[in-house]
Amino acid sequence: MSVLGWTFAAPALLWGLLALPILWLILRAIPPAPIRRRFPAVVLLLGLDDKTRTADRTPWWLLLLRALAIAAAIVGFAGPTRAPIGDAAQSDKPLLIIIDGGWAEAQDWPALRDIALEELASATRSARSVAFLRLTDLPQPPLWQSADALRATLAAAQPAPRAPAGFAGWAALLGDQQFDTLWISDGLNHAGRGDLLTALQEKGRIEVALPARAPLALAPATFEDGQIVLSALRQPSAVAQDITILAIGTAPDGSEAELARTPAAFAASTSRATARLSLPPELRNRITRFEIEGQRSAGAVSLTDDTLTRRKVAIISAAADTEGLQLLSPTHYLTQALAPSSDLLTGSIAQVVTQGPDTIILADVAKIGADEATAMTDWINAGGTLLRFAGPRLAGTEFEVGQDPLLPVRLRAGGRATGGAMTWGEDKTLAPFALNSPFAGLTIGPDVTVSAQVLAEPDPALMEATLAALADGTPLVTRKKQSAGQIVLFHVTANAEWSTLPLSGLFVQMLERLAVASRSDGATQAEVLGGGPWQPQRLTGAFADMGDGTALAGVDGDALWNAKQTAPNGAVPAGLYLGATRSVALNIIGKGDTLAAFDWPASVVLRGADQAPPAQGKGPLLAGALVLLALDIIAALALGGRLARGVAVIAIALLLAPAPSAQAQGSATDFAALRATRGVVLAHVITGDAQVDQIAQAGLRGLGEVLTYRTSIEPEPPVAVNIETDDLDFYPFLYWPISASQPLLSPAAVEKLNRFLRTGGMIMFDTRTGDLTSGPEQDMLQLLTTGLDIPPLEPLPQDHVLTRSFFLTSSFPGRYEGAPVWVEAAPQSTLDAPEGMPFRNLNDGVTPVIIGSNDWAGAWAVDENFMYLLPVGRGFAGEEQREYAYRFGVNVMMHVLTGNYKSDQVHVPALLDRLGQ
Amino acid sequence: MNGTAPNLQTQALGLGYALPALLAQAQHLAAALAFGAHGRRRAGAGDEFWQYRPAQAGDSANAVDWRRSARGDVPFVREREWQALNSIGIWADGAQSMHFASDNAMPQKSDRAAVLALALALMLLRGGERVGLIGGAPAKTGRAHLGPLAAEMMAQKNPSDYGQAEMAGGRAAHLLYFSDFLGPLPALQTAMMQAADRGARGALLHILDPIEESFPFTGRVIFQSVGGSLTHQTQSAADLRARYIERLAQRKDDLTQLSRSLGWDYHLHHTDAPAIGALIWAHGTISGAAR
Repeated sequence: MSVLGWTFAAPALLWGLLALPILWLILRAIPPAPIRRRFPAVVLLLGLDDKTRTADRTPWWLLLLRALAIAAAIVGFAGPTRAPIGDAAQSDKPLLIIIDGGWAEAQDWPALRDIALEELASATRSARSVAFLRLTDLPQPPLWQSADALRATLAAAQPAPRAPAGFAGWAALLGDQQFDTLWISDGLNHAGRGDLLTALQEKGRIEVALPARAPLALAPATFEDGQIVLSALRQPSAVAQDITILAIGTAPDGSEAELARTPAAFAASTSRATARLSLPPELRNRITRFEIEGQRSAGAVSLTDDTLTRRKVAIISAAADTEGLQLLSPTHYLTQALAPSSDLLTGSIAQVVTQGPDTIILADVAKIGADEATAMTDWINAGGTLLRFAGPRLAGTEFEVGQDPLLPVRLRAGGRATGGAMTWGEDKTLAPFALNSPFAGLTIGPDVTVSAQVLAEPDPALMEATLAALADGTPLVTRKKQSAGQIVLFHVTANAEWSTLPLSGLFVQMLERLAVASRSDGATQAEVLGGGPWQPQRLTGAFADMGDGTALAGVDGDALWNAKQTAPNGAVPAGLYLGATRSVALNIIGKGDTLAAFDWPASVVLRGADQAPPAQGKGPLLAGALVLLALDIIAALALGGRLARGVAVIAIALLLAPAPSAQAQGSATDFAALRATRGVVLAHVITGDAQVDQIAQAGLRGLGEVLTYRTSIEPEPPVAVNIETDDLDFYPFLYWPISASQPLLSPAAVEKLNRFLRTGGMIMFDTRTGDLTSGPEQDMLQLLTTGLDIPPLEPLPQDHVLTRSFFLTSSFPGRYEGAPVWVEAAPQSTLDAPEGMPFRNLNDGVTPVIIGSNDWAGAWAVDENFMYLLPVGRGFAGEEQREYAYRFGVNVMMHVLTGNYKSDQVHVPALLDRLGQ
Repeated sequence: MNGTAPNLQTQALGLGYALPALLAQAQHLAAALAFGAHGRRRAGAGDEFWQYRPAQAGDSANAVDWRRSARGDVPFVREREWQALNSIGIWADGAQSMHFASDNAMPQKSDRAAVLALALALMLLRGGERVGLIGGAPAKTGRAHLGPLAAEMMAQKNPSDYGQAEMAGGRAAHLLYFSDFLGPLPALQTAMMQAADRGARGALLHILDPIEESFPFTGRVIFQSVGGSLTHQTQSAADLRARYIERLAQRKDDLTQLSRSLGWDYHLHHTDAPAIGALIWAHGTISGAAR
């Protein structure tokens, strides 16, 4: 049923409109009810008749309002729908729905699928046959079927984590039927898309739907100059765009976590945004993938393989660091070769093994202690690579009959010299590398010669262990595999003494082949071809979700290399592949890829994903009915004389709505402020060292308790203050225990502390060591106070007001006693203090800092039951020391809160009297 | 502000302290049998010295003021000024029509009446007067009487819609009526006439709610008295306004005429106005300053 282009989902409901006249009559007979009002002066009203007796009928306009509301509701529930305007112009030809189905559509997939479903619904109405193709599948001819039969298929369709491909193949299979096409495309210029477009244009009309949001992609990360370089790609656009790239990897607990994030910005009319990320090696080695935040598509994910992993290499040489020439150092060339691409460790064998290096290089180390050998063997069995270089020491060693377990082959003592002034022989050159050698394919320059080497004892297994040999067949590099690890021996020195090998580029390449150094350029063809089969480990899902690939069959090197050169396909999906020695990441976006928009010809009808669906009349009509009913309420209230109160109720309801959120704001900071201003609050600085913070808190609790008992200061429970974030203005006194592991202050925090000091606050620094002259805490104290505006200091003089502000005391012990306590130096003359002395008069004579090392908080500390936490001294003397610590604390608080009150000369007679003078 | 007796008393205390202690008008009322502690400008029972007069036959020897007599030959008797207590009767209407407030922020008329009555009673008691409720316990003096007075006032609940003024039970020299005076006028008139016959003077405080003045109603309304005994239905309340206001004005006029004819005072008070205004007026009418 169609009225003026509107069709109804439930036309039968429209019969309800016939009931309207009856409703009219009923409503007309029922006027609005009168209000009952209590009114004491009703006695004065008695007998007053209404002048005009109006009929008790509902006014006609109110009736009309109600009738309209009900009519709108009836029509609304009948479900009117207005078909899209273009719909009528469509032909009856079959409809082919093509979805690219690649990664670039994942972001907008629900909207794009809805377009297809809309179109399918429209085809159902006009009974057209429909076929559905997804271009990421293998090419196949369209299968024409009824639209209803396709609905489930289409609704369940998902994008694939690869780019659509094989356009020419699809074009060839289209058949000779004429049809119209709806092509839901990602809009990217994939190779061959034009061919399919041409073929489709021959068949009939083409409409193209594009995603509302242009896809973003992430190119594989590279490693340059110690930084990870990340490139995000987009189609060229005139609009600047900011994105965030996340580095995701395994957290120490094994779960997946965001390890780092970096912003990147597309400048206007560019298609590439670059970000650089500098991470410590431990963190970098844990990264498994990068992704663009908020992008749910496989293209926005870039898996990392071991190209990013920087190896930890330990270089150990027997020669002590003499002051010889650097070029003669046994490790100079190794350091030069490895430093750019790996992290070098130095130290003794026992030290470096515990740091878990990937490779340990021993340059001419002959003697290895038994303990060290055991540790090293365990480490090799766990996957380590031990790389040894020969040298005079190794050559001079007498070997036992049994083989040294840390050498790949047995060596003959003495070695040999082949070239040089004292021999007749010439320098030897290298033989080409065997095919099964890891060095296969490396070119050997003519300048690589060997003049001396150590020799292996002849052995049946020697051939197998040889990775590289000299032209005369003597082994130059030998290897022994041992469990998961390996031991490799270069039979020459690591410096240029015995051969020119360390001087050549070949040396670096050989180290790389041995996986000693990491490579910045991914796996080579030879590695991929030879390293198979490649087992998929993790697969990239279309929606940037990672899947487990271990259930899939392995891929051979050829297929992986092909996919790596072109793009992932159905047989070799994007993901991380693990080979014999290394892993290879296969990403959708390759290294040199760019994103470009496909240039659709003018004959193609384009529509976006945001195109309006058919107009639905139900919502507006029901909303209109509700509005009319609301008007009816107001009208009825007005007729009944209750409007004023009704309006008030509505206004109150409107006003109440936003009220709670306003209240909720700022309650957290207000709470802290309220807590800090309820009374005197002692505060200590959070150092980050949990134990120090706990003792500081307990110490202030104990001091607060003593203050409450003995003085009129009754502090609230102490507060821990975060220097960086908390407001210091509320606290008169900060106790700052120094912990060597404390983070340094930000400039903002320094500024805040200076303001705190200038406005009368006091900070009591305590290195807690009993020694203010050296130690890590003292260094940290120096670092922390660098930016602070601290006046000249002097050791606390015996006549300082701190010695008599409450108790008369001459020592200032904490858990330690005797170390000097530093306070602001007394001015040369208070009368003619020079202008610009910052604290002289500002602070009422209160020293802004007290610096000491006596661990006062430790002496004050009590637990919740007010039992002392830490021992002080020994026996009774210790308790006396604790008592004096408390007295000093009381004096400090009195000094903070009363200023120089007690330094007033008025008190001198009383003080002298009490001192017994 | 509904309330319990202590609550009312507290409010009244607050109001009563705002004015100086009241010395009630001491009028000679020949017919009044009760004597107030005001000097009556004649000799009689009292504490203050009035005059010496020569002793006459019949004066007891005790009455002779020997110190004065010693200065002459004739014995003198020391006479004191006759001091009499004024008895003041208060009626705070407790009928249902008084239990009404058009707005929760305003006091009910009955509350206002009670507060005013107690405040006045407090001032009078402080001034040494005897105060009692009309139709209640006998008037008494002393500040301790305030509590029982408040309790009595709270206990005087009237279930009928409109209150009827009662005649003072005895010798009240001054009567104060606090009411909305919506009840039948003839009854009030009778009560006032009887009181005037006994020589009492008095005052009417007419307490009205603001909406009883403005009549802000529109539309179809059924008006109902507070007790529910009377109803009046109208189609258009706005049409009634002019005629209602006219009737109310008539009522006020009648009350004014009635009180003037008897030499009484009349004052109109609205519950949205501060209570102190009405109290000042009451203070004035009792002390005679209103004249």
